[in-house]
Amino acid sequence: MTAASLTAARSFVATPGRPIGSVEGRRAFAFRHAGKRFGDKTVLDGIDLDVPAGQFLAVIGKSGCGKSTLLRLLAGLDRPTSGSLTFGVEEEGYSRTRFMFQEPRLLPWASVVENVEVGLTGIAIGTEARHRALDILGEVGLADRADEWPSVLSGGQKQRVALARALVGHPQILALDEPLGALDALTRIEMQQLLERIWIAQKFTAVLVTHDVAEAVALADRVVVISEGRIALDLDIPVERPRRRGSVELARLEGKILDRLFG
Amino acid sequence: MSLAQRVGKNGIGWLLPALVIAGWEAASRAGVMPASVLPAPSAVAEAFWRLTLSGELIRNIGVSTARALAGFAVGGSIGFALGLANGLSTLSRGLTDTTLQMIRNIPHLALIPLVILWFGIDEEAKLFLVALGVFFPIYVNTLLGIQSVDPQLVEMGRVYGMDRSALFFRVILPGALPAIFVGLRYALGIMWLTLIVAETISASSGLGYMAMQAREFLLIDVVVLSILIYALLGKLADSLARLLERLSLGWHPAFQNG
Ligand SMILES: Nc1ncnc2c1ncn2[C@@H]1O[C@H](COP(=O)(O)OP(=O)(O)OP(=O)(O)O)[C@@H](O)[C@H]1O
Ligand SMILES: [Mg+2]
Repeated sequence: MTAASLTAARSFVATPGRPIGSVEGRRAFAFRHAGKRFGDKTVLDGIDLDVPAGQFLAVIGKSGCGKSTLLRLLAGLDRPTSGSLTFGVEEEGYSRTRFMFQEPRLLPWASVVENVEVGLTGIAIGTEARHRALDILGEVGLADRADEWPSVLSGGQKQRVALARALVGHPQILALDEPLGALDALTRIEMQQLLERIWIAQKFTAVLVTHDVAEAVALADRVVVISEGRIALDLDIPVERPRRRGSVELARLEGKILDRLFG
Repeated sequence: MSLAQRVGKNGIGWLLPALVIAGWEAASRAGVMPASVLPAPSAVAEAFWRLTLSGELIRNIGVSTARALAGFAVGGSIGFALGLANGLSTLSRGLTDTTLQMIRNIPHLALIPLVILWFGIDEEAKLFLVALGVFFPIYVNTLLGIQSVDPQLVEMGRVYGMDRSALFFRVILPGALPAIFVGLRYALGIMWLTLIVAETISASSGLGYMAMQAREFLLIDVVVLSILIYALLGKLADSLARLLERLSLGWHPAFQNG
């Protein structure tokens, strides 16, 4: 079957190309004919998307096509106006969906480690929260900045704190809305590698909205393109990890996506 | 910054006042400045000593400070509470904000004749005027502070599962604090100003009363002393507010490396 024809609901398939073991077959979440209207403006119109647990999904589309809206539905910030969104059976649903914004959105009046502890609201408090926050700060390479104010960090460091905050509660689903959009190219690649490394270690389901097609094919198991409120392309990226940026195979997939976007 | 530099930096601010006082003393001694217009600093210092020994000065400062703080506590807490309520609830804002903005345009000192009719020259009159004067800067700035809290941070708090009280204490209140401090410092200024006027016009104790009494007996040194003490009390209140501000806004880039 051709990838482009896969606009309807998919059944559970093991993700090709994922070398680490896991959680095949369990579903993370599924949109069924989900739609979202604001007033009389229809933004999403019949989204069918079934995502197995542990998959790295990238969402691409032109500005204003409804990518952020889709993520907000997923994070429970909005409700679909038609259709449904269901989570896998064992999931605790919204409480375990974490959201990483395009901006770091750190509390300026809380230290770095206190900001990470925000990610443990309702999960852990006190010394346990402090320990877990310091651990994850170590993973993103900022253990030595734990007691500083966010205002003294660089843009990339702030975004790493935001990533630590999103991950510290061990989310089952991590929704990322162009989290790297504002970073310079080098920091961006570094952050992509960090994200991939932590995703492989923690095995959460990642949904990454991005404008950057190269980023999508470098990171994701699967790329969907949204256009006119629907899924216009649903493409598996069956490339082994670690992936080599700029390889012929990735370039071919990238071309395919760009064709669909502008063809 | 080394200690010497620090002292130098703070010291330089006192250089000009010291020169002015020295020049003033010299002018008085040379007879250029008649004592009936402006007494010499040494005469003012003498008055200070005299009134301190008699206990009159301390008593009047105490009375004035108590009035100022009582009025501030009443007006400030009502202003703060209403600012919070109107910042957090559109219903509350819809109900009261227009009315408050209308009242705000009346200079509160214009109410003095009315206040004297209502309360005579009792303590309530001073309390009422100070409370009214303090109310608006606190109210306006608290409201402004809450309205200017970054909605993206509030959304972040919600996404991360903060309940209403956590959202208020960890996101909204700290975000509003810089504006609240602006209101606080402004209100402290208004507090002294209102009290001076109120005590000068109608009182039977306090610094303003002391100054008015001294005027009747042509004790210009005491008049000047009262004015200086008002200035010092105002400066003290402002310094305290600034200290509080520095302590609680340590995260703010404007207060770092300070
Ligand atoms: N709360 C809202 N009320 C009204 N319209 C909205 C609202 N939120 C989003 N929209 C509209 O929905 C459409 C999709 O918005 P969305 O933010 O999802 O786009 P996007 O794909 O994320 O775009 P970008 O890539 O620029 O971030 C836009 O036309 C936007 O104006
Ligand atoms: Mg968006």
